[in-house]
Amino acid sequence: MTTDPQPASAYDLSHVDETENLATFALLVDNEAGVLHRVVGLFAARGYNIESLTVAETDRKAHTSRITIVTRGAPHVLDQIEAQLSKVISVRRVHDVTRDPRGIERELALVKVRGTGTDRVEALRVSDIFRAKVVDTTSESFVFEITGAPSKIDSFVDLMRPLGLVELSRTGVLSIERGAEGM
Amino acid sequence: MTASTTRSAPTDAASREMTGAEIVVQALIDQGVSTLFGYPGGAVLPIYDALFQDNERNGDRLRHILVRHEQGATHAAEGYARSTGKPGVVLVTSGPGATNAITGIVDALMDSIPMVVFTGQVPTHLIGTDAFQEADTVGITRACTKHNYLVKDVADLPRIIHEAFHIATSGRPGPVLIDIPKDVQFSKGVYQTPDEVSFSHGYAPRTKGDAGKIAEAARMIAKARRPIFYTGGGVINAGPKASESLRAFAAMTGAPVTSTLMGLGAFPAADPAWLGMLGMHGTFEANHAMHDCDVMICVGARFDDRVTGRLDAFSPNSKKIHIDIDASSINKNVRVDIGIVGDAGSVLDDLIAAWKAEGLTANRNALDDWWRQIDGWRARQCLSFRTNDTTIKPQQAIDRLYALTKDRDTYITTEVGQHQMWAAQHYRFQEPNRWMTSGGLGTMGYGMPAAIGVQLAHPGSLVIDIAGEASIQMCIQELSTAIQYDLPIKIFILNNEWMGMVRQWQELLHGQRYSHSYSESLPDFVKLAEAYGAVGIRCSDPAELDAKILEMIDSPRPVVFDCRVEKNENCLPMIPSGKAHNEMILPEDGADIGSVIDDAGRRLV
Repeated sequence: MTTDPQPASAYDLSHVDETENLATFALLVDNEAGVLHRVVGLFAARGYNIESLTVAETDRKAHTSRITIVTRGAPHVLDQIEAQLSKVISVRRVHDVTRDPRGIERELALVKVRGTGTDRVEALRVSDIFRAKVVDTTSESFVFEITGAPSKIDSFVDLMRPLGLVELSRTGVLSIERGAEGM
Repeated sequence: MTASTTRSAPTDAASREMTGAEIVVQALIDQGVSTLFGYPGGAVLPIYDALFQDNERNGDRLRHILVRHEQGATHAAEGYARSTGKPGVVLVTSGPGATNAITGIVDALMDSIPMVVFTGQVPTHLIGTDAFQEADTVGITRACTKHNYLVKDVADLPRIIHEAFHIATSGRPGPVLIDIPKDVQFSKGVYQTPDEVSFSHGYAPRTKGDAGKIAEAARMIAKARRPIFYTGGGVINAGPKASESLRAFAAMTGAPVTSTLMGLGAFPAADPAWLGMLGMHGTFEANHAMHDCDVMICVGARFDDRVTGRLDAFSPNSKKIHIDIDASSINKNVRVDIGIVGDAGSVLDDLIAAWKAEGLTANRNALDDWWRQIDGWRARQCLSFRTNDTTIKPQQAIDRLYALTKDRDTYITTEVGQHQMWAAQHYRFQEPNRWMTSGGLGTMGYGMPAAIGVQLAHPGSLVIDIAGEASIQMCIQELSTAIQYDLPIKIFILNNEWMGMVRQWQELLHGQRYSHSYSESLPDFVKLAEAYGAVGIRCSDPAELDAKILEMIDSPRPVVFDCRVEKNENCLPMIPSGKAHNEMILPEDGADIGSVIDDAGRRLV
């Protein structure tokens, strides 16, 4: 990391283009009013991107929720995001899933495709290859449910586009670590 | 409830049942709070009633200071906190009460001041209905507090208050806000003491630095040929003991010491190792030493843009050690070689221990060369100024103020602008907690309410707000507070009839087009002081300056001192925007500062 140029500031005139990486952070937060705002507000205030965000209560008894947030930035920006998130009082744990070789990332998408004839047959065939489920059908449409790594969903959507993609709904990334240990 | 049950901690649940408002008062007592600053209004009336009743029963154990504007309450709390190390406490009403307090809350966040703010809120069932004096206070303040709470159930109130004090005062200190709806203030709940509550958050700031990194840092400092300490407000926040440790460790290493605006006083200005403040208006020697050092030891400072100047030219050849209690401060603006997360005092003590344990010694020969180089920079006498018989130079006014107050028990606050920088340059602080100024946010209007807070905490001391004629008008109403509570604060206005720093920048960057920076229609400050019931003194003759300053000091009442100074003086030395530490403008270059900054620099702040 020491080879990176200095980050920009009010005094830095050279806005060096740095390689940006995607990163997924899993947060365990206290499930209380406004906690999502604290996290999202931090991203907005400090100019970080949010590529996707999921949140739900995961432990009613411990009163905790899990937020999975996908962002983009140069390595030192990602370090800073992690440090800033760790500072939020309502955030109990921050885990950088992307930099953890044991991290698993999955996403679910609902994909509506409209078509008849060969397009319709092809859509069904592709969905089979991707192990998508048909959750609704009419004589001229399907709704597929597909889960997998975000890149798999991207490829599926790319294939569906010429076959009559009408609408797409994605959950955003969820993550967990391999192995027996909890976060 | 009788006085005796309030004093001796009641044990059975029945006697500990009280209203939310009474819980607030009891929790403040148990947190050791003796002074709070506030302003009443509809949504906090139950708490004001509980205060009134407590004062009736128990005298002034909890003293409420009525300010004239909620911004004043927050700055007064900051001054109180900064001069004592204790948290400042604020009580204001909903809606405009809360929004008026926000400037001071952001100020406390930027300067890491421990503060607990209580705001009233409309009753729970009216929240979200755009009720009278309703504002989404927790929503608005989420971004400008260390943490905040909306209390929906009185059962949570004792825990929340005690937790708020813990969060505000530990780790990197900051403001915590508690928004209490009026119905929660009325409802009855069972009070719990600080020992009885269990905190709901996983908040546990790290104070002890990593031993391995500390040993590595000690060895790096011992090997240094041109070391420098760059210290900040974190040393002050770590308590007076941290300042002693800094002095001890600096002496062991033989390294020079410079400090940010917020850190002034942690290292005595009288010490030969002191280089003066660094940064935009820092000294020539401090900035050059920072630029040329080979090992930089940053203690409790955060590489702020006013300090670093141009980042890609900032101390290019040094190894950097950064000690900070906030892990997110490390590697934020400047990449460092050793980052140590911990309390400044604790880490300094561990550095001293590691230095002794490993039998380290400084490289005296190299240090001698380094000091010779520094003496060369010092010889430029970058803070020198020329006086004359007709007008008072602003630097001269601060210089004389220092000379006439240095042997007294003095505290200095400031507003924001040229006068603030002159005060930082020319007033020589020897002890921590003696200097209260708005550094990060740069809030005009900070100084007088802060002085009120300081004077309340130190009744017998001399408290001076060094002000400008523009800044002072931003919270001038608090003069009335000083009168009401008999606080003999001294407001020393460097009156040059300009928003001096704005004018200086217009001169630097905007072709001397002085857009709205002249202080038109100034009040007569002497008459203004008298109208409030304070003493007014005016001085424009250099020959009378000392006598009038002494008259101010000797007055037992609040004084407004209208010190008419040279109007066109600029605050130098200065690192212009977009320049490096070794490209300062010195007073002798000052005649034509309009040509110093290039086009790119003009776009910066």
